[in-house]
Amino acid sequence: MIPEIGHFVLVLALAIAAVQTGLGLYGPALGDTRLMHMASRAAGVQLILLTIAFAALTYAFVTSDFSVINVYENSHSAKPMLYKVTGVWGNHEGSMLLWILILAIFGAAVAAFGTNLPDTLKARVLGVQGLIGAVFTLFVILASNPFIRLDPAPINGTDLNPLLQDPGLAFHPPFLYGGYVGLSVAFSFAVAALIEGRVDAAWARWVRPWALAAWASLTVGIALGSWWAYYELGWGGYWFWDPVENASLMPWFAATALLHSAIVVERRGALKSWTVLLAILAFSLSLLGTFLVRSGVLTSVHAFAVDPERGLFILGILIFFIGGALALYAWRAPALKLGGLFAPVSRESALVVNNLLLTAAAAAVLIGTLYPLVLEGVTGEKISVGPPYFNGTFVPLVIPLLLLVPFGPMLSWKRADALATVQRLYAAAAAAFVVGLIALYVFEGAPVLAAVGMAIATWLVGGALVDLAERARLGKIPLAQSLGRLRGLPRSAWGTAIAHAGVGVLVFGVIGVTAGAQERVELMAMGDQLEIGPYEVTFDGVTPITGPNYEADRGIFTLRKGSRVIGQLMPEKRFYPVARMPTTEAAIRTTILDDVYVVLGDPQRGAGGETKWIVRAYHNPLQPLVWVGCMIMVLGGLVSLSDRRLRVGAPTRRAAAASAAVESGAKA
Amino acid sequence: MTNSTPPRRSRPRTKKSRRAAFIGAAVLIFGLAVILALSALEDTVVYFYSPTDVAERGTPVGQSARIGGLVVEGSVSKDGSRTIFGVTDLQNSITVSYNGILPDLFREGQGIVAEGTFGASGIFEATRVLAKHDENYMPREVADALKESGRWQEGDL
Repeated sequence: MIPEIGHFVLVLALAIAAVQTGLGLYGPALGDTRLMHMASRAAGVQLILLTIAFAALTYAFVTSDFSVINVYENSHSAKPMLYKVTGVWGNHEGSMLLWILILAIFGAAVAAFGTNLPDTLKARVLGVQGLIGAVFTLFVILASNPFIRLDPAPINGTDLNPLLQDPGLAFHPPFLYGGYVGLSVAFSFAVAALIEGRVDAAWARWVRPWALAAWASLTVGIALGSWWAYYELGWGGYWFWDPVENASLMPWFAATALLHSAIVVERRGALKSWTVLLAILAFSLSLLGTFLVRSGVLTSVHAFAVDPERGLFILGILIFFIGGALALYAWRAPALKLGGLFAPVSRESALVVNNLLLTAAAAAVLIGTLYPLVLEGVTGEKISVGPPYFNGTFVPLVIPLLLLVPFGPMLSWKRADALATVQRLYAAAAAAFVVGLIALYVFEGAPVLAAVGMAIATWLVGGALVDLAERARLGKIPLAQSLGRLRGLPRSAWGTAIAHAGVGVLVFGVIGVTAGAQERVELMAMGDQLEIGPYEVTFDGVTPITGPNYEADRGIFTLRKGSRVIGQLMPEKRFYPVARMPTTEAAIRTTILDDVYVVLGDPQRGAGGETKWIVRAYHNPLQPLVWVGCMIMVLGGLVSLSDRRLRVGAPTRRAAAASAAVESGAKA
Repeated sequence: MTNSTPPRRSRPRTKKSRRAAFIGAAVLIFGLAVILALSALEDTVVYFYSPTDVAERGTPVGQSARIGGLVVEGSVSKDGSRTIFGVTDLQNSITVSYNGILPDLFREGQGIVAEGTFGASGIFEATRVLAKHDENYMPREVADALKESGRWQEGDL
């Protein structure tokens, strides 16, 4: 009965979404305020209906109702409760239901919090959101319905893929979708602005928090996915330039560019049509990501549950939205008025360069990801584009970007003094130089690029600190006053500094692992030792253990540094009898500065009759900083999101202009 | 917000020239990115070979390559931490040598893809062996290679 309710409300949600589209797009054309207000109501109703649908599916999973095909295929009564719940979105159908639920949450949030948006703009935004919702709900009902029954009901299910029964991956899809779908709001605002033919500071002030929230969510999602791949796949790496990974990275770059260019629209009224285009591109890349992941057209190591026919459906949706939005853009963008002027050296220009480099980086990833597909279509040759391509294109584009980051927040709007800015950053430059020299000494034999990378990372963190110090006039006025100024700084300034420092920390991690990682593969018998980095790993044997829904061989290793025992590592080789699938659980001992990573392989009989095990060990210096850096970036985003300006909501155009004047006055 | 200094008459032209400068910068950076991308593609693309490709066209010794097919039944042998096995498209086969831990879903009869280089002896030295996360899934390249060799039909696992 419950699944039928879910099915029923899903169809109702489709109808409501269609109504929302009509009200939202026709209401403003008719100038009827009541119709426009009804679009907001529709968004609320849609959220309620989809929440019921999602709750119904969750209920079926939690109670192990195997008469629902989706539950039968992806669950098992012995599965731990956490994974029964996360199993709801651990499969294609459920994850698409989550997708439209998150879309409805964002739509309802616009309706609820957008009280001071102009009526017509709000209605049009909700109309576009409704259209996206309608199309995707139709897709769920027609091509990936999670509520279809199975008769007769089997006794038990076939279990969720054991690789997905993991806390890191359990929460990866909701965050990733929060990012993908959050960008739909920016997209809807862009399309609404094109229909209105007007983009102003208030518009940008409205787009920015959504872009920021989506960006933060996407960052968390990508970091969780990468962390999962790191410890679950047992390859010792965290990023493989796999198409599925790239699919999430491209919208991330577009979102990063968008939240920077929206600042320029908000403060200076420039870059309007570019920002609108970016908002369209960011969501288009999200849709492309969904298509690439779900259709399986690209060979990926992370391919789960692919289905080419569904892929075709998503491709149709993709063409409809991207083509429609770009056509509208080509038609209406020339109507957008050109904004304020700025000199070649100014914060605006710095943000333009930031945007161009970020989008170029996204384009390089896009080319590398789609090229194999194009070539196979044209010549039939099968190729793959691996890390060397991405290192060769991505790195040269990102290095100038990173070098420019500390300048951005320190340049003044409109016209800046380049020399003065450089002088103010001397402390960061000096620190970068010293760290670079030290790195050159430490990484003896490693490429010079590693030392350059360490210097860049220091430059980023140092630049963020200098920015804060300058704003607080540290050293120029009494310390107590400086601290008072720091407390009084707008949250957005704090957010910028924190996020930029986070990028620096991330770069430290990436460079540390790239330059310093060590790997060893050995056949070990009980009592054997292995040296990795500054550590010694002793193999103490293997014991069998039994988990809730798996059996495992657990290896026991003692970790020593010098003669001191610092811990035990217990990697496992698990076997999930229901799914008939083995998995590898790496054991990782982490300090903030490095990871020791041990994987247990297959046993084999040695010559003397004793059993030996293949053991793979890694020492990854600075690896934890990769995740720490991402979390600091997200923290920066959240701090910026809590800025009073954004919380209070969009002010009128006059207030925006006034605050821009105050800002440039303060800078001058 | 248009508190700019230039006289009123010349402003439109300046704005247009700014837009032109923006487009110019964009074209320049994207042009560079595309050139960078294409030249990198030329150098770094890795071709996929099925066992039949290798039999017909010879081994591209020393060049990075990807190969794929089914692991030959009964061919897996161990030499220390090194594993040696055959990969077949049911017509021809390649001998692969790999030092490391094989993926969890690696087993005889399973479709796999390996990355590495061909040694002079014709043995493929793999640096990475990939099997899918999902046991019912056949790597697409392997499925195509099997279909080309005519020994396997879709849905025939």
